[in-house]
Amino acid sequence: MATETTTIFSPELAARFDKLVTQYPVRRSALIPMLLYAQDEVGYLSPAVIAEVAVRVGIKESDVLSVLSYYSLLRTKPAGKFNVQVCTNICCMLRGGNELFEHCKKRLGVGNKGVTPDGVFSLEEVECIGACSWAPAVQINYDFHENLTPESMDSLLEDYRAKAGK
Amino acid sequence: MAFLTTHPDVVPLISYRFGKGATSIDKYLELDGYKSVQKAIAMGPEAIITEMKASGLRGRGGAGFPTGLKWSFVPKQSAKPKYVLVNGDESEPATCKDRLIFEHDPHSVIEGTIIAGLAVGAKMGFIYLRGEYRYLLKIMEKAIDEAYAKGFLGKNIFGSGIDFEAISHTGAGAYEVGEESALMESLEGKRGIPRIRPPFPAVVGLYGGPTIINNAETLATVPHIFRIGGAEYAKLGTERNGGTRLFCLSGHIEKPGVYELPMGYNLKKMIYDVGGGIPGGKKLKAVVPGGSSTPVLLPEEIDIGMDFDQVGKAGSMLGSGGVVMLDETVCMVEFALRTMKFYQHESCGWCIPCREGTDWLKKSLTRLHAGGGVDKDIDNIKYLAENMLGRTFCPLGDAAAMPTIAFVQKFRKEFEDHLDGKGCPYHHSLEHEAVLA
Amino acid sequence: MADVTFTVDGKKLTAPAGTLLIDACRAAGIEIPAFCYYPGLSLQAACRMCVVRVEKMPKLQTACTTAVTEGMVVSTETDETKQARKATIELLLGNHPLDCPVCDAGGECELQDMTFKYGAHESKYVETKQHREEQKWSPVVYFDRPRCILCYRCVRVCGEGMDVWALGVENRGVTSVIAPNEKDHLDCEECGMCIDICPVGALTSGTYRYKTRPWEMNHVGTVCTHCGDGCKTTLGVRPTDDGVEIIRGDNRDKSGINGDFLCIKGRYAFDFANHKDRLTKPLIRQADGKLAPVSWEQALDFAAKKLGEIRDSRGGNAIGVIGSNRTTNEETYLLQKFARTILRTNNVDHHRTADYAAFAAALKGHAGREASLRDFLSARAILLLGNDPTNQHPALAWQVRTNVRHNRARIYVANHAEVKLRRQAKAAVDLPADAYASFVEYLAGKDGGFEANDTSAAFRDAIRQEESLLVAFGSEFRGRDILVLVDFGLSLPNTKFACLGDYANSRGAADMGLLPDLLPGYVPVTAAAHFAEEYGSALPTQPGLDLVQMLDAAGRGDLSALYVVGSNPATRYGIDPSALKNTFLIVQDMFLTETAALADVVFPAANLYEKTGTVTNTYGDLQLVKKAADKSGVRTDFEIIVRLADKLGADPKQLVPFGKGVRADFGQTRGAQSGEADRHAVWLAANHLEPKLSPFDPFAILDEIQRLVPAYDVPRLNLLTGNDEHLKSELVQIDASADRRDLVLPSNDLLYTSGTLGRYSAKLTEVVESHTILMKPAEAAAD
Ligand SMILES: Cc1cc2nc3c(=O)[nH]c(=O)nc-3n(C[C@H](O)[C@H](O)[C@H](O)COP(=O)(O)O)c2cc1C
Ligand code: SF4
Ligand code: FES
Repeated sequence: MATETTTIFSPELAARFDKLVTQYPVRRSALIPMLLYAQDEVGYLSPAVIAEVAVRVGIKESDVLSVLSYYSLLRTKPAGKFNVQVCTNICCMLRGGNELFEHCKKRLGVGNKGVTPDGVFSLEEVECIGACSWAPAVQINYDFHENLTPESMDSLLEDYRAKAGK
Repeated sequence: MAFLTTHPDVVPLISYRFGKGATSIDKYLELDGYKSVQKAIAMGPEAIITEMKASGLRGRGGAGFPTGLKWSFVPKQSAKPKYVLVNGDESEPATCKDRLIFEHDPHSVIEGTIIAGLAVGAKMGFIYLRGEYRYLLKIMEKAIDEAYAKGFLGKNIFGSGIDFEAISHTGAGAYEVGEESALMESLEGKRGIPRIRPPFPAVVGLYGGPTIINNAETLATVPHIFRIGGAEYAKLGTERNGGTRLFCLSGHIEKPGVYELPMGYNLKKMIYDVGGGIPGGKKLKAVVPGGSSTPVLLPEEIDIGMDFDQVGKAGSMLGSGGVVMLDETVCMVEFALRTMKFYQHESCGWCIPCREGTDWLKKSLTRLHAGGGVDKDIDNIKYLAENMLGRTFCPLGDAAAMPTIAFVQKFRKEFEDHLDGKGCPYHHSLEHEAVLA
Repeated sequence: MADVTFTVDGKKLTAPAGTLLIDACRAAGIEIPAFCYYPGLSLQAACRMCVVRVEKMPKLQTACTTAVTEGMVVSTETDETKQARKATIELLLGNHPLDCPVCDAGGECELQDMTFKYGAHESKYVETKQHREEQKWSPVVYFDRPRCILCYRCVRVCGEGMDVWALGVENRGVTSVIAPNEKDHLDCEECGMCIDICPVGALTSGTYRYKTRPWEMNHVGTVCTHCGDGCKTTLGVRPTDDGVEIIRGDNRDKSGINGDFLCIKGRYAFDFANHKDRLTKPLIRQADGKLAPVSWEQALDFAAKKLGEIRDSRGGNAIGVIGSNRTTNEETYLLQKFARTILRTNNVDHHRTADYAAFAAALKGHAGREASLRDFLSARAILLLGNDPTNQHPALAWQVRTNVRHNRARIYVANHAEVKLRRQAKAAVDLPADAYASFVEYLAGKDGGFEANDTSAAFRDAIRQEESLLVAFGSEFRGRDILVLVDFGLSLPNTKFACLGDYANSRGAADMGLLPDLLPGYVPVTAAAHFAEEYGSALPTQPGLDLVQMLDAAGRGDLSALYVVGSNPATRYGIDPSALKNTFLIVQDMFLTETAALADVVFPAANLYEKTGTVTNTYGDLQLVKKAADKSGVRTDFEIIVRLADKLGADPKQLVPFGKGVRADFGQTRGAQSGEADRHAVWLAANHLEPKLSPFDPFAILDEIQRLVPAYDVPRLNLLTGNDEHLKSELVQIDASADRRDLVLPSNDLLYTSGTLGRYSAKLTEVVESHTILMKPAEAAAD
């Protein structure tokens, strides 16, 4: 496709996608990484993203939808600028994951999958993120934060809020 | 940054280069890197597999299948290209070991992948990382680039005349995709629905070609086997359970962390000596020995060696190496419920017993935990789990059923204590329950 | 593959190695339950209902994915398997709405049957069920998520079977849901296969939902009246105040030539029969110029009187007869016999959509060279020239796709349009619209005429290397071109042909002699001796006027009477109404069509679903149509012709040689209930008897057809049990050298159109309107 003229992505991402589809024996293999990277840039998988990705990998939009709705990291609605993902799975639960999640709810004033009115934070309860030995843990936009307490969580959130201001 | 924890009993084999800056290829080379693959090139496919069989290495992904044997199933001749697929989906709750390997020693995964490719005649490897491991993907991508730059990947690797390509790939949040056939589907850009077997991946796998699928730790171990020799490696462990593995200690334990210990290491010792025992002087109530899908063990059942056979004999499984300690304050119903919430959330939904079974189990456990349970619920939960066991399309259904059966069997009294509107005797905050629904 | 022997439930069975256990068991009468397994579609192993115990295997195995092997020992119904199935059903019912009392599938639901069989009657789950509102996905497809058991049959039949891929799965786990391709609606071919294949009531039909209970209907297996493929369809009918109405068309009986298949028309477009504009009283044009209802007696008297006068005063040549593409063979045959013996005219024709006469001539004397629709399911290689089967011959397209999927048949397509079947093609060639003939010559090795290129060269090489080939060609081929094509095909080792024409009985119309120059079986009118002998009266031996000539003659005032049966030439041939003002026009139809509106007498006629007889699809497969519906006031074309003859003073017994058989009523006469007709048929068939009691008995005519048209002399037993018989087309008696005007005018019907009938189908109209894609111009779709 004539990426230069029609893409909704940044030139860097578009170039990356152009390459990505050529790296696999079949184009479609690039689908899931592409969706994730597109989401990172656009914030969520908007209809326009889905449409372009469908063309790029050469499948129908409905097939893209079918695939993306399977994967829990992929979303079709915007999240906050910082997506706070609190693990409450067993190991985190045993070390205060639930309490941490409750604490975040109160602190941010939103429920599970809620977005703060200023759009800075969204909150999500997630399954095991692979930080079991360093529980309880959260991931904020892919960054791991481990061995947390409600207090350290507070200062973490403050750091992020400060970043958002910039 | 995730860290490996130390203890005098730790045998630093896989973790040999951890914390030494081996993410850089030069450092890796300094620390014996890419020597094993050159040995393997010299040995040729048959000798590689023989060496692997001698090592007694069993898959670290959970099922413990002998790796050398698995490789030997790949047909020599194939009309379609063969592939190596590295399973770095690491999503089994309580498991956080592959993460350490990718973080500290990405080249060992690449090297192991190339050796696997040499063994079966594959020309391309895929390193699949779970979507949450974004920072590891960057590390992996850089390592691959470096390997290409040095000519260790690409055309004519190490001047051997053999070509081998490798790329890293990210998932996007799905436990089921760790299951080998669902992993292939996912890599092909599809929903993570497992495939019907047979044919097995070794015969018909990725893109229809014969495929080796191994856990990341399994493959990262391979170069070390060639570094010290298969027989040497085997000796580190117990009979039919060669070598060492990364154990992830978590939950109520004084010194949680990932420890590399010999296969067959005593569990009790692992808890009380290596892990420093249960914090706050509390009593140990139960141990989940190998990730959330393995049946729970009682304190009186933990004087066993941690290898596939001994844990199996004790009625559980060594699984993925995630060892979770539960102290006396834990409500087993809540623990069972949280476990089931996970499986309900992660069931791919393909087959009836798993899709519906995990959902009803979650609902029943939720109600029971909240005090809405009646007598027959307990038997019903067990009935349900027993009827899922062995009947589902892939082992996820079993993974949900097995621990549930054990919870009810071993902690029936606790389930009963929740009945008659009494609710949870452990006074947990109940508002939490509806959340993951 | 070699046979293996294995044991199931103590019985020794044998089957080819590799056969799926579930199929091997079913073939041996051992029923293994299954929701997701569906023969011919890809395997899922998702429902886990088919679990069986296989010795030496640690777990229960799914019979749907286990291949039989030598010495295998299997138990299918043990306490263990029963418990497994029961538990699975209990789980399904946990979220199932259990609204069986109002569910369309109630009584024919596989989930109900399984629940009944395995006794999962106890409610184990007390939690609230997931509810979602029913959704309308298209005018004909509704989806009720809570009833869905996720067997993925619909997804597969739509994708693999139809090559439409309009259904998918979204979300995962317990939130998984079948989803249409356009978010909340379907963009598809509206075939309804998904509804048919759904084991429960999750997918329901826009025409049928909430109309009745299945057991309140009679189910009559008959033949679809729409296109030339002639699919078997089962009509669900129910008595009403004024007859018997059709409320459902489906494909319960998968034994027909169409296998699992039915298209939108076969499934939904029966509703023209219930249209409010249906004529139910004969009409006569009054002095004021308006048509007014009269009694049957009056109308028949009037029409016969006028016809008789004209025949006697101006001769048969002043009368023309135009027959139908949708009446039975018996009616069509009767019409030409009536025209030739009673009206004494050879001015007989119909709207021709394919040059069957030329095809018959080309195949003359070559036995076994005509392809049945069934052949397309197993042929190793198929060459498609012209036509667009997906739109014009949907059942053919289905067979071809299935064949490719199951047997990797090689498909070659040469066409001037991008037809969808190219997706299945091994090779395809773009042809200019006027290059079909030269292309065939090119295939035959004559270079020069066709502008060849690498693609066409490779195409030709591949075709000529095929050991056996089926050639299907559209109306692009006529006259001599057909001969050239057939000659080329015969030069290859093993070729069969199919000539693609348009309507349910277009083939029958030609075979039965609705042609000015040819008698039934393509016997030239100039050689009518044995017909005259059988008919007991002389036949005109000069070829008559063809349809176009008749209309011209009428315009000139040379045609005094025109008798039109089930045809709408006014629209189809764009006749200027004034051209017929001096012609006495009799029209027999279901509706006041553009032609009927010009008539002096109009007879309200029954349609193909309201009568019994036979039809011939375009492949030469003969099938029985059975009376399913009924409408008070109307009569079959058969009866109307016989009554007209009677009024004209002819001996009905000479026209219809009835009374030679047994004393039984076929239920063909008015007032008989459709169910009665059906029961009679069953009884008679069981006793190897055929009813020939009345002058309205089509079987009396079928006897005569079989005597006079050797190609139709096929065994009757199969027909009576609802199966198809292939004609012996080598036995036609046409003179191959005759150079005739072919007059072929393709109907240009697409998936959602069906000539005049289509316009009176509310469902088809609704579907057309719901589709944003523009259809072909309306006049192309008129009949
Ligand atoms: C539901 C399910 C999830 C799994 N998840 C993982 C995983 O995250 N990582 C992994 O290595 N193996 C996982 N496995 C095991 C794989 O299917 C497969 O056995 C393994 O990757 C083989 O590698 P190994 O022989 O090196 O252990 C999972 C299996 C199941 C049934
Ligand atoms: S057991 Fe069935 S529903 Fe569960 S994950 Fe496996 S295939 Fe999917
Ligand atoms: S029919 Fe075998 S699992 Fe559904």
